[in-house]
Amino acid sequence: MQPSSLERPSLRAAGPKIGVFVCHCGKNIAGTVDVARVVEALTHYPGVVHAAPHEYMCSDPGQGVIKKAIQDHRLTGVVVAACSPSMHETTFRTAAEEAGLNPYLLEIANIREACSWVHDGPETTDKAIRITRAMVEKVKGNHPLSPIEVGHATKCLVIGGGISGIQAALDVANAGFEVLLVERSPSIGGRMAQLSETFPTLDCSQCILTPKMVEASRHPRIRLLAYSEVVEVTGYLGNYHVVIRKKPTFVDPEKCNLCGDCVAACPIRVPNEFDRGLSERAAIYVPFPQAVPSSYALDEANCLGLNPLRCSECSKVCEAKAIDYDMREELIEEDVGAIVLATGYDLYGKELMAEYGHGTVPDVIDSLEFERILSAGGPTKGEVRRPSDGKVPKEVVFIQCSGSRDPELHKSYCSKICCMYTAKHALLYRHNVHDGTAYVFYIDIRAGGKEYEEFVVRAMEDERILYLRGKVAKVFRDGDKVMVWGVDTLTGKRVEVAADLVVLAQAMVPSAGTGDVARKLRIACGGEGFLKEAHPKLRPLETLTAGIFLAGAAQGPKDIPEAVAQGSGTAAKAVAILSAPTLTHSPEVAEVNEDLCSGCAVCVPQCPYGAITPGDVAEVNELLCEGCGTCVAACPSGAMVMKNQTGPQVERMIRAALADAREEVEVAGG
Amino acid sequence: MAEPKFEPRIVAFLCRWCAGAGADLAGTSRLRYPPNAIPIRVNCSGRVELEWVMEAFRSGADGVFIGGCHPGDCHYVSGNYKTRRRVHLLRRMLGELGIEPERVRLEWVSATEGAKFARVMGKFVEEMRALGPRKDKAVATAGLVAVRKG
Repeated sequence: MQPSSLERPSLRAAGPKIGVFVCHCGKNIAGTVDVARVVEALTHYPGVVHAAPHEYMCSDPGQGVIKKAIQDHRLTGVVVAACSPSMHETTFRTAAEEAGLNPYLLEIANIREACSWVHDGPETTDKAIRITRAMVEKVKGNHPLSPIEVGHATKCLVIGGGISGIQAALDVANAGFEVLLVERSPSIGGRMAQLSETFPTLDCSQCILTPKMVEASRHPRIRLLAYSEVVEVTGYLGNYHVVIRKKPTFVDPEKCNLCGDCVAACPIRVPNEFDRGLSERAAIYVPFPQAVPSSYALDEANCLGLNPLRCSECSKVCEAKAIDYDMREELIEEDVGAIVLATGYDLYGKELMAEYGHGTVPDVIDSLEFERILSAGGPTKGEVRRPSDGKVPKEVVFIQCSGSRDPELHKSYCSKICCMYTAKHALLYRHNVHDGTAYVFYIDIRAGGKEYEEFVVRAMEDERILYLRGKVAKVFRDGDKVMVWGVDTLTGKRVEVAADLVVLAQAMVPSAGTGDVARKLRIACGGEGFLKEAHPKLRPLETLTAGIFLAGAAQGPKDIPEAVAQGSGTAAKAVAILSAPTLTHSPEVAEVNEDLCSGCAVCVPQCPYGAITPGDVAEVNELLCEGCGTCVAACPSGAMVMKNQTGPQVERMIRAALADAREEVEVAGG
Repeated sequence: MAEPKFEPRIVAFLCRWCAGAGADLAGTSRLRYPPNAIPIRVNCSGRVELEWVMEAFRSGADGVFIGGCHPGDCHYVSGNYKTRRRVHLLRRMLGELGIEPERVRLEWVSATEGAKFARVMGKFVEEMRALGPRKDKAVATAGLVAVRKG
């Protein structure tokens, strides 16, 4: 039985002439797949006029073999049996185009990731043959296509106003493009604003950060949307439509002059998040003195009710008349060409550490709390005093890998920065409390970074900090002391410290809400919730969704220089899109066979992009169509067709995949 | 001569964003799983036509595996929910045709779950081995040959 002539008239006329090229990939494929047998099996496969192996098909000589064969044999289609199409599809399609073959007539048969790397028996070769034969069937049915040209928006959306997002926003704006910088909290600055000094240079964190914050807020091409959240993202590369909710601060930033009279008048006191609850703030507050935008905000959840009849103390004292209880949330809609996600990190909750007191011992604090204690603008004005009674602690124990590298109970990964900041913490503590003793419990010291190792050595040797290699088994309260039971694995002895303060270097986790944003943008998170890059080595800034990029610790634990570098990197990626004259859209989209369509409109609600207009016959907007094919699978009359992946084409692939690899077979038409 | 061990033939439809990428990761991580399934890549599990599953059974498949994104994670927003409903409907139909519904397996595998891909594929192959050859197959094949000859 032969395929019906209606289905592929162009190739039926002269008969397909398919070339098959099988890659050894050194031993990566040839180690488990008998490449010669694959070539032999495909040589005799119907429609194949030429089959050849090559040691490295992606090399220039390898591509040359394909190009020459396309011209010598006047090939009408090519199958390259090699690695995953996510690796070299573009390489080979470009080569085909250079040889005069439409790139969409070339397909990759994945015989490496899906075959040679995961199997080792004699069936591996059989499977490679079947995968390749199935792809030959697909190519036989492919038609030449051209990418669709699309215009695009020229703004960039940056989600997250920490150092990485700020850097991305500044670099995009300095390249001449407009930026929307969206930050969830009332001020940009992120985690870096909470830090005291930075390792290994001991630069004051806020002193190096605030100029960047101010630059971002004053930049003519950056629109800063603080206290705002992304509600919805639709669209595609170059043409994302975003809806942002700007929450009401009930204070007009234009009028507010930061006098602070309202704070004194406010009767409410709640824990101050910026100081990790070590201080209090009023319901009307500015997160920290250098906050940007520099304006007070009224926290709706804690205010007595925004009701002048109940309490209007702040409004009464505000001479600038900046307080407006009638302020409402604002929905802002914008079209953007590219999106940078820089949503940052949180610390793994110390209340999850049963072995270290469940977060109930006041003098067991996490590393960000200690940063606040060390900060000149912090709850103790930079003096090291412990939370329970404000005494200066004389014995301080720092516990590294608290929640990290602990697959049984907590997180299995290394949080990367804790070795360094713990050395900094201990060193700054010793500078603050000259007669104090600092102990550091560690598993290993990981100090990979410019001048990092030197910094740790300085802490160990010059600052006389006691480094004990071992884990702490238990931390508990004993009178006004905190008992630390651990072991020094180098001497094999138990160690017991009656400490005044314990600082836990808690694991880094993605910030709360990372999963929500990821879902809105339809990008993937890994098992630990960190945002997933397109390729761990070669596409670390990109997501699998074109036009959406990742910066900072939302992608994985990293330190400030890395987060900044990543921010700049994503800016370069975004600018490449924003500056392009036009973008191209894949032509592999759905189309309607008007002769078959009955206008039933079953397809219309299937489409998540609203790309189908119902009518006498349905109509597909190919710019909106993303090519998922859900409508095609739903069409009861076979009128909706996916270009280069039609139903009958896949049915022939199925028959080829199931036929015995050791026999010569003719795949019957459907 | 000993009876050759029964090895099920399987077609696996994998969406390119999640299950397909997860399968690639299984490869990159050099995880081992049985070679019974021939993968066919689709953009979305929502692209999988029920006719394809029927075609696979008609062509002698012992099992059909469909891999998509986790609920809520579909690259195309909601294609996987549609797949789930369609597969549910299909399973009910298969019973009527004398094909065990468990021969169609739907799994959610994310791009980061290489290990899960290897595990669920291994498990599916194992279950298909245990289930044995299709009982309807002899009848169906005879019927098909008759139809084609006719």
